[in-house]
Amino acid sequence: MQGRIHSLESFGTVDGPGTRYVVFVQGCPMRCKYCHNPDTWEMNAGTLMDPAEIIDNIERNRTFYENGGLTVTGGEPLMQPDFLIELFTLAKEKNIHTCIDSSGIAFKPDNKAFVEKMERLMPLTDLVMLDIKHIDPDKHKELTKQPNDGILAFAKYLDEKGIDIWIRHVIVPGVTDDDKYLFDLGYFIGGLKNLKALDALPYHTMGVSKYEKLGIEYPLKGVPAMNKADLLKKKQVILDGIRKRHEDDGVEHVEVQSSGMDE
Amino acid sequence: MKPEWNDFVGGKWSYEVNVRDFIQKNYTPYDGDESFLAGPTQNTKDLWAQVLDLQKQEREAGGVLDMDTKVISTITSHGPGYLDKSKETIVGFQTDKPFKRSLQPYGGIRMAEKACTDNGYEVDPEVSEFFSVHRKTHNAGCFDAYTPEMRACRSSHVITGLPDAYGRGRIIGDYRRVALYGIDRLIEDKIEQKNSTGRVMTDDVIRLREEISEQMIALKMMKEMAASYGCDISKPASNVQEAIQATYFGYLSAVKEQNGAAMSLGRTSTFLDIYAQRDLKNGTFTEEQIQEFVDHFVMKLRLIKFARTPEYNQLFAGDPVWVTESIGGMGVDGRHMVTKMSFRFLHTLENLGAAPEPNMTVLWSTRLPEAFKKYCAKMSIQTSSIQYENDDLMRVTHGDDYGIACCVSSMVIGKQMQFFGARANLAKCMLYALNGGVDEVSHKQVGPKYRKVEGDILDFDDVMDKFRDMMEWLADVYVNTLNVIHYMHDKYCYERAQMALHDRDVLRYFATGIAGLSVVADSLSAIKYAQVKCIRDEEGIIVDFETTGDFPKYGNDDDRVDVIARDLVKEFMTMIRRHHTYRDSFPTMSVLTITSNVTYGKATGNTPDGRKKGQPFAPGANPMHGRDSHGAVSSLASVSKLPFQYAQDGISNTFSIIPGALGKEDTVFAGDINVDLNN
Repeated sequence: MQGRIHSLESFGTVDGPGTRYVVFVQGCPMRCKYCHNPDTWEMNAGTLMDPAEIIDNIERNRTFYENGGLTVTGGEPLMQPDFLIELFTLAKEKNIHTCIDSSGIAFKPDNKAFVEKMERLMPLTDLVMLDIKHIDPDKHKELTKQPNDGILAFAKYLDEKGIDIWIRHVIVPGVTDDDKYLFDLGYFIGGLKNLKALDALPYHTMGVSKYEKLGIEYPLKGVPAMNKADLLKKKQVILDGIRKRHEDDGVEHVEVQSSGMDE
Repeated sequence: MKPEWNDFVGGKWSYEVNVRDFIQKNYTPYDGDESFLAGPTQNTKDLWAQVLDLQKQEREAGGVLDMDTKVISTITSHGPGYLDKSKETIVGFQTDKPFKRSLQPYGGIRMAEKACTDNGYEVDPEVSEFFSVHRKTHNAGCFDAYTPEMRACRSSHVITGLPDAYGRGRIIGDYRRVALYGIDRLIEDKIEQKNSTGRVMTDDVIRLREEISEQMIALKMMKEMAASYGCDISKPASNVQEAIQATYFGYLSAVKEQNGAAMSLGRTSTFLDIYAQRDLKNGTFTEEQIQEFVDHFVMKLRLIKFARTPEYNQLFAGDPVWVTESIGGMGVDGRHMVTKMSFRFLHTLENLGAAPEPNMTVLWSTRLPEAFKKYCAKMSIQTSSIQYENDDLMRVTHGDDYGIACCVSSMVIGKQMQFFGARANLAKCMLYALNGGVDEVSHKQVGPKYRKVEGDILDFDDVMDKFRDMMEWLADVYVNTLNVIHYMHDKYCYERAQMALHDRDVLRYFATGIAGLSVVADSLSAIKYAQVKCIRDEEGIIVDFETTGDFPKYGNDDDRVDVIARDLVKEFMTMIRRHHTYRDSFPTMSVLTITSNVTYGKATGNTPDGRKKGQPFAPGANPMHGRDSHGAVSSLASVSKLPFQYAQDGISNTFSIIPGALGKEDTVFAGDINVDLNN
């Protein structure tokens, strides 16, 4: 099963642990206002590639990926579940760490065929980076033109399956930086037993030129990039939400000696 | 055993000149971290402040503070010079004061004159007359012997950067010998060497005997120069301060007599650590004192300066000396060679601040101790001043006592040397192949009048055929030009100080190099996989190209084009090897322009890959800028396919990356939710 690929990055250092081979797939149903990869939206564009070719690219430079692995992002990877199953099956044969960076939008708990595919894919998946765009259903729809019920259901599904989860959340000044919702987001993800990391991503404006090139109007015109100091404050609000949830659920915090990234 | 060698484990090194054996028997690998290091002393801070002030004055004076225009520099030509005698623990300058550049006309009087006039000075007319009328220089010798064809290649820049008007450099004396044995023992050794030459007076034997005599003169002069600073180097060094000082006097002698294109130091740090270990153990010096010696040594190395012309500085992007010091690496017995001194050398980047010189080069192995690797990474992030070279690759052929000359040229210290050979411009050669030897810029017939390409669309097999013929021609004229240069350099500008610190019979590498590899690989790929139409001017010379369709580009881990690059390296090196090389030297090749790629590009017309006339080539073996679209690993993978055995003088890949592309800051992303929750 070939995949529709937007592009490849052989030296990914920000999309999962270690140095990673990053596959950007083509096609995404979301229309997030701050999306910096609008060129990956179109479902029928991109280049068709065999999973074996991608695994070969990793294998031939294997030493670089010893502490990293393979990340599939996009676009929306879960729009191509059959491709992912084949790709990750091959990856696991070669003992390559596998990670999906997803918005979870493709997950529909009632869609038996899709859930059945997830049942096959998840055992092959070491890590899911779930990008929750907004915790509030209405705000989510306004921001992405899509509902978030399936996304939150996906988070719970992953938790049931025991898959490691990193939660990603883009913080956009004036758009997704409301403390109430950030706290609620924290409260929600604090309930996930397999939550391993929180990646609060600062909104940046580097995608603007792509919009100009594609002739699409940029929805967040004039919104400034998120600065680091504010980002760290907003991240704390999410963490407060997690702490509250842990308190309510009676979860003890684990003392850690060092960052897991060093291993 | 000599008293200076107390506490050392003896061996072969005690009765023959064999520094490697001394190191292997005596060094102490260090697995710990940097916590033992000492900061700068007050004297170090004072001296460095003085240097910074002089640097400022030098900048304000337009780049040169003072030049000698009368005294021809030799090992003993100048009296002692100091920054502040009372504070310096390691002494010695090239002339009688810091920041004063010496006069070195043996490479070429015109270059020496121009270096002066360009900086507002005038060489003494008597010196000019002497070196124009009475004493021939290396430069004059080369031009006496050059053929018209060699001169044409030189002016069209199909061969560029030839060391025919300046010192070739790239020879590393084993400066450690001065410290370990003392000059007297080294002179005895040279006497023995001279007595051991053949008795039939062939050219080779005559030359060797004359050279050894010159080396002995240099050794005596080193002793004399050291004495002028109040130091006795006739005997072995008895502690780490004396060892550093003696090593430096050896090096200083070399840079007093040679303004070479790269004057590298060698592999001194682990050697010196043996003395430091002994002194620490015996309580002779404290860690703070030892660091002070190292700081002062490095300070001196940073102040090595030469008189050079703006053109030279343009070719090499600045005024580099290439005081390369090779640090770390693995021993062939499996022990790593990182010592506390490896840390102390890198630590000078903290004590004195970051600087490009000396060029700290870590011989990297995956098996180096973890704490040292981390310290290297830390210092790289802080200072961007460390160069890394692949010890795992070079150790296989060179063992564990080689050093790097310049940026990548590896050679076994004291046993091998190199004849530096600049570079042939392969991109231009390819254009000569299309145009039947006519230069695309000057329209002169530079290469041989071979059949030119006919028709409008370039055919890969046809172009390759013609290109191979043209490369054969280029390899021939290139190697022979270098033969002339090195003959004349030996004759008129012999490196007696460096060669005095070598064995009698050295392996000489005959270095060649190529520029424009990625331009040629991409051009040939375009011809093979896309359609390239030639555009001719009114004289019928192909001056431009129209390329339609896409083609694989070098730098994306794509074998279709990477194999073209790989084969080019192999083929050109094979052609080089077919020629006679001066003094039976061993031919090697490099793919390593770090700065001169700009100059080579300037002299080269449009190329089929879409590069425009005058645009820079990519540096070294780099993919062309912006054409590697699959990220760093794929880009590096393409480079790593180039075969080292056909490019033994080194393959460079210049790689810059913004810190953000190496990962996220810990505060922004801890990578572990429990770390976040506990903070």
